[in-house]
Amino acid sequence: MSYEIVIGLEVHVELGTKSKIFCGCSTEFGGDPNTHVCPICLGMPGVLPVLNKTVLEYGMKAGLALNCQIAEFSKFDRKNYFYPDLPKAYQISQYDLPLCADGHIDIHLEEGTKRIGITRIHMEEDAGKLLHGEGSVDFSDYSLVDLNRTGVPLIEIVSEPDIRSPLEARLYLEKLKSILQYIGISDCKMQEGSLRCDGNISVRPRGQKEFGTKTELKNMNSFKALEKALEYEAKRQVELLEDGGQVIQETRRWDEAKGVTVAMRSKEEAHDYRYFPDPDLVPLEIERAWVEEVKKSLPELPEEKKNRFVEQYGLPEYDADILTSSRSLADFYEETVKGFNNPKLVSNWIMGEMMRIMNEEGKELTEISLTPIHIIEMLTLLDKGVISGKIAKTVFEEMFHTGKKAEVIVAEKGLTQISDESALISIVEEVMAKNTKSIEDYKNGKDKALGALVGQVMKATKGRANPEMVNKLIKERI
Amino acid sequence: MSLYNLTIHELHDKLVKKEISSVELTKDVLARVKQVEEKVHSYVTLTEDLALEQAAAVDKKIAAGEELGVLEGIPVAIKDNMCTKNITTTCSSKILANFKPPYNSTIVEKLHDKGMVMIGKTNMDEFAMGSSCETSYFGTTRNPWNLNNVPGGSSGGSAASVACGEAIYSLGSDTGGSIRQPAAFCGVVGLKPTYGRVSRYGLVAFASSLDQIGPFTKDVRDNALVMNAIAGYDKRDSTSLNVAQEDYTKSLVNDVKGLKIGIPKEYFVEGIQLEVRESINKGIKLLESLGAHCEEVSLPHTEYALPVYYIIAPCEASSNLARYDGVRYGFSAEEAADLIDSYKKSRSQGFGAEVKRRIMIGTYALSSGYYDAYYLKAQKVRTLIKNEFEQAFQKYDVLITPTAPTAPFGLGAKTGDPLSMYMSDICTIPVNIAGIPAISLPCGHTAEGPIGMQIIGKSLSESTLFKVAYTFEQNTDFHKQRPSL
Repeated sequence: MSYEIVIGLEVHVELGTKSKIFCGCSTEFGGDPNTHVCPICLGMPGVLPVLNKTVLEYGMKAGLALNCQIAEFSKFDRKNYFYPDLPKAYQISQYDLPLCADGHIDIHLEEGTKRIGITRIHMEEDAGKLLHGEGSVDFSDYSLVDLNRTGVPLIEIVSEPDIRSPLEARLYLEKLKSILQYIGISDCKMQEGSLRCDGNISVRPRGQKEFGTKTELKNMNSFKALEKALEYEAKRQVELLEDGGQVIQETRRWDEAKGVTVAMRSKEEAHDYRYFPDPDLVPLEIERAWVEEVKKSLPELPEEKKNRFVEQYGLPEYDADILTSSRSLADFYEETVKGFNNPKLVSNWIMGEMMRIMNEEGKELTEISLTPIHIIEMLTLLDKGVISGKIAKTVFEEMFHTGKKAEVIVAEKGLTQISDESALISIVEEVMAKNTKSIEDYKNGKDKALGALVGQVMKATKGRANPEMVNKLIKERI
Repeated sequence: MSLYNLTIHELHDKLVKKEISSVELTKDVLARVKQVEEKVHSYVTLTEDLALEQAAAVDKKIAAGEELGVLEGIPVAIKDNMCTKNITTTCSSKILANFKPPYNSTIVEKLHDKGMVMIGKTNMDEFAMGSSCETSYFGTTRNPWNLNNVPGGSSGGSAASVACGEAIYSLGSDTGGSIRQPAAFCGVVGLKPTYGRVSRYGLVAFASSLDQIGPFTKDVRDNALVMNAIAGYDKRDSTSLNVAQEDYTKSLVNDVKGLKIGIPKEYFVEGIQLEVRESINKGIKLLESLGAHCEEVSLPHTEYALPVYYIIAPCEASSNLARYDGVRYGFSAEEAADLIDSYKKSRSQGFGAEVKRRIMIGTYALSSGYYDAYYLKAQKVRTLIKNEFEQAFQKYDVLITPTAPTAPFGLGAKTGDPLSMYMSDICTIPVNIAGIPAISLPCGHTAEGPIGMQIIGKSLSESTLFKVAYTFEQNTDFHKQRPSL
């Protein structure tokens, strides 16, 4: 039997506000344990929360960028449970009246564009961090509590069960990350936990309308992990059903090392969170004028930018898609084009050389010393014929690693292109004398033989010879 | 007359005229504490050294000829559920017996800025859950008028301390009557302001949507003076009201001519003690004779206020008190097998019976499947009660009722019967449900102790309450009487 996979994702995003959601403490990552805390986020007796207005604004930005409706009336609720990383023993979250609802994201598949619905986005506070003595809670005599993260603002973005494969799930999450980074509300670093993803997954025989029993997956800490965990879990569920078994509704943890999902707790063990409206916070009445203002403040989003790149720069869709995958890369590209008006050539260098080295070395755009000015200057040298295309690659790599200007590198290493005929003639003649066979071949109609001769000259000049000129000189002499 | 028997305004005059010093006054009050504390037990913690230090600082100001604020140098007692930096704040609970807050509540900060002299932290029902001060982990406070009786609660220590001169004024908190009922039982003036009028920041929460801080004083003028100091918007409390400051002393005029007073009949039904009924009726007649128009009014939803309260307050409490888990501060049980066991033992041993009862009621009422039937329904009825009051205030300036259905009752008389204990707040609870202000002032005496009259007003009408209360006071002498101890 053929099965269909049904996936919905719950994504937690830490907002990049300077201070926490309900107090003035810093949200900075790192810091010695329990140094970014105050009586309020420590949940001391008598303290009261006051909403950080920027959190609301960022939440609205996310909602608007993800095509959601922004609620006119919203409120905070308490989610009650005991755990040592939760000092108040309740998390301030939103239950039945979230800030945003009814949005969507479009993802691009080979067979075309697919729309994934977004059910809701709500605001909440993050919990603290537990450090277990022996690494795992099961084997430790003690656990240490770090409450720096307590009260860091989060939004939770819940998708509709519209996702039909682990690949779609990854594309959805990538697109989501790109949009959130574009609007500048989060750095979305999965490794630092500022972007966290849980998945609900079920399978059903193709054609069946009802959903199968779902499991909830946790601990998927990278895009790769997300895809692998969902693949594993889908396979596990299908095999269970094929063997005549049943899927149990439960929460499962992705074990990255073993490559399997492991049961954490069943539905029966699930908490009763006893949600109720937080009486310490007044309900939110969100003025439409403010929503409009926030809407106007949104930057160009990836989809719009991509379309503009195709139109304005005449780039292929493929190039535009990659160059707009992050706002910083798109800005980098546009800045470079501004200084060197050959959009496709610039795209080739950025997508080719620059991203190749970044990938090889695992570097982010923010971590490199190469700037658009570097590339502009190098391309200008290339354009003027000061350096050859081949030399340009060497120069580029050197600029990337040292941050030196192209001119400096060219001067230091003597990489200037030789375009002086008198300097080239003797080399050309020498090469021709040694390669009479090639000359014969060329005369007999083998056009490729000319390339071999040019190549020899380039080799002799360590790539500095102007190839067009070499071409011309050889032809004149045959 | 001893200094401890005087009012804030009388003592302020003496300080300004340099007839007395703040240190003298403070020593007088501290001596009174030594004399009667064993019998009355108003305090959980005494801060004698701090008080004398603060008094000396005020005296320096006086000596330097600086202008003196009206509360400056006047000894105050603070209920032990308001956070005082580095001074234990126990809520009269074992679970917080050793808790020293790292910060000051807004209210304490405000009084500090006004030159307060803090005598100590007063006894209360554990986490303000009770009407007699008997659920305190630190022993019961007694009624200064009759030591066999309770002082009322939960702010029993604050009320008793002012009644017997262990403080010149005090602060309490009122969730369902916890200022007004003990004020009535102890023969002092107690105000529960409009919800949001006084900042709750630093008040250890019992039921967040009902809790409100207010003053205990010997007379109405003092009450207005303290309200001038403590009322006001606080950006640290999202539920605090951003409205203009008022000078409440401007409303201290002896005049109720033309004032319309409603007498809600539902507050005078079964269970009201005859002497209470008579005292209130006498009070109403007096106001009528002074030119007020009094007439009976019906508030049919009154009977639902108590059940609504006993759902909403425990629900909020069950969540507010969940943080006391013995991990970061407060009592922590020894010899726990694991985390859950540690939670269970710390909370089982740290909380008293009444607190546990309310946590269980609240946890139950919020549980999945019960929420709609209890919490949600209660919130809907709460709105009806609020609307009913609003309607009444379209016709009447104030409503007058007894503060409590009975005179002070005996120690231990109701501890075995929670429901009868809950009934002692039947006249005060509707006011918290509606978030409106009400004042209690002495209007009679029995062998068991004083009787209080409650004047209820619409939202932010504290000045009207002061005006009616002041007029009543000017034409009676209950406020001049002191218990003999």
